[in-house]
Amino acid sequence: MGEKVLMKGNEAIAEAAIKAGCRHYFGYPITPQTEVAAYMSKRMPKIGGVFLQAESEIAAINMVIGVAATGKRVMTSSSSPGISLKQEGISYLAGCDLPALVVNVERGGPGLGGIQPSQSDYWQATKAGGHGDYHNIVLAPASVQEMAALTIKGFELADKYGMVAMILADGTMGQMMEPVEIDDIEIKTVDKPWALTGTGMKREHNIVNSLYLKPDLLEIKNFERYEKYAVVERDEAMYEEYLMDDAEICIVAFGITSRVAKNAINEARAKGIKVGMIRPITLWPFPKKAFEARVDQCKAFISVEMNMGQMIDDVKLATSCKKPVYLCNRVGGMIPSPEEVLAKILEVGGAK
Amino acid sequence: MSTLNILYAGFGGQGILFSGKFLAYEGLIAGKHVSWLPSYGPEMRGGTANCSVIISDDEVGSPIVDKPDVLVVMNLPSLDKYEDAVVPGGKIFVDSTLIERKVNRTDVSVFYIPATGIAAEKKIPTLANMIITGKMLKEIGISLDNIDTVLGKIVSARHQDLLEVNKDAIKTGYDLEA
Repeated sequence: MGEKVLMKGNEAIAEAAIKAGCRHYFGYPITPQTEVAAYMSKRMPKIGGVFLQAESEIAAINMVIGVAATGKRVMTSSSSPGISLKQEGISYLAGCDLPALVVNVERGGPGLGGIQPSQSDYWQATKAGGHGDYHNIVLAPASVQEMAALTIKGFELADKYGMVAMILADGTMGQMMEPVEIDDIEIKTVDKPWALTGTGMKREHNIVNSLYLKPDLLEIKNFERYEKYAVVERDEAMYEEYLMDDAEICIVAFGITSRVAKNAINEARAKGIKVGMIRPITLWPFPKKAFEARVDQCKAFISVEMNMGQMIDDVKLATSCKKPVYLCNRVGGMIPSPEEVLAKILEVGGAK
Repeated sequence: MSTLNILYAGFGGQGILFSGKFLAYEGLIAGKHVSWLPSYGPEMRGGTANCSVIISDDEVGSPIVDKPDVLVVMNLPSLDKYEDAVVPGGKIFVDSTLIERKVNRTDVSVFYIPATGIAAEKKIPTLANMIITGKMLKEIGISLDNIDTVLGKIVSARHQDLLEVNKDAIKTGYDLEA
């Protein structure tokens, strides 16, 4: 067993990516994600990898497409405004069914916004931020250890399904340090017979392409892709429950807000209120089954988010609107306090 | 269940984040759950810097310390901002070289340490943070048994020459009379 070390969340992502076999990183600095690029710039040259600071986020994501087409594990990272710039490339990756890891350490928006933590790119991440019908696998770490573990998981899921996996973190998760252990995480790889590696005059050419000018053919491509997405939705949803066995009020929160909510839940429990939490770890696929299993026992849900209420839509869908869903939120780089979440629990609990 | 919430605050450049990291590693080596969360962005460049450190027997929930058990302040704006946030019965450590006023609270223990002055006298002007940290370790009951290991982890490889002076600074603070 390896030794636990203190690492920033951003550094843990970078080290875990290297552990997963990623030897190609393309990026452009932006707060609060810059430590990912800084770490890669130090490590990659020492291990025969490529760190390249591109001239822009758009250039970086297109470099990612190039390496992804060769079947190598590749990633880019940025923060909210930079991720917006990458959306065209992400759509192309989806259209080519290519695997890649994209990391978004979110900050407040819209526009240039601010640099303090936010979760306001939930819609962009989970509902396809670029053009066309597609999904990304979206992973939401809530600890530095998960920043590492879900980075590795992200590469594996991306490879398994030929999809973009996105780590959706925020400034807090990126900047905080916690003990982390990366060496013990097992790495899985898959064969990529579709990759552009040179035919060696021994096989037919592989073609990676997202252009289909015949609508009937493009329709078939979309249908096929959604069959794949259905498998991902069925098999890959991940979540964690906290004190849900007897819960009558269910908090829903991911990432940093789930940590804040945990404090509030413990305080509410001390007051005798039966409250628990479902923490989605995959935001797409959204863990619908967790909600189907709990909706009847709960009298209300509270979605705790650092945005104007985005995940709350998915909570309403997953619960088929059988129970009221309330919002507890802060925005613009502000983080809800445990007291604010507790006040919402008391308000909802008291109002029956 | 025992959890210690510590908030360090001062100017950027005083080593606030480094001191916090030292403390977090002390907790990690002692087998505790720990978290370290810095302020980041422009405020670090000459403005106020702060960092939240949590050392706990249990998994750490929110890493944000908004009600510190222990507050270490190295400039007046930080004392003004955070004095009222300290929990009753908590401890406040004040760099009394840089902060002339007294703490108004009467329900907390206050330690005035002229850390910046002592550091200047000892010709280690950049280590006032570690002097005040040494005093804090003493008062919250963390021994110096692990400081070699901890400093070895946080002092970078090319600055190992700074290990001994950091150690001296911590010891100086630790041995200060009340």
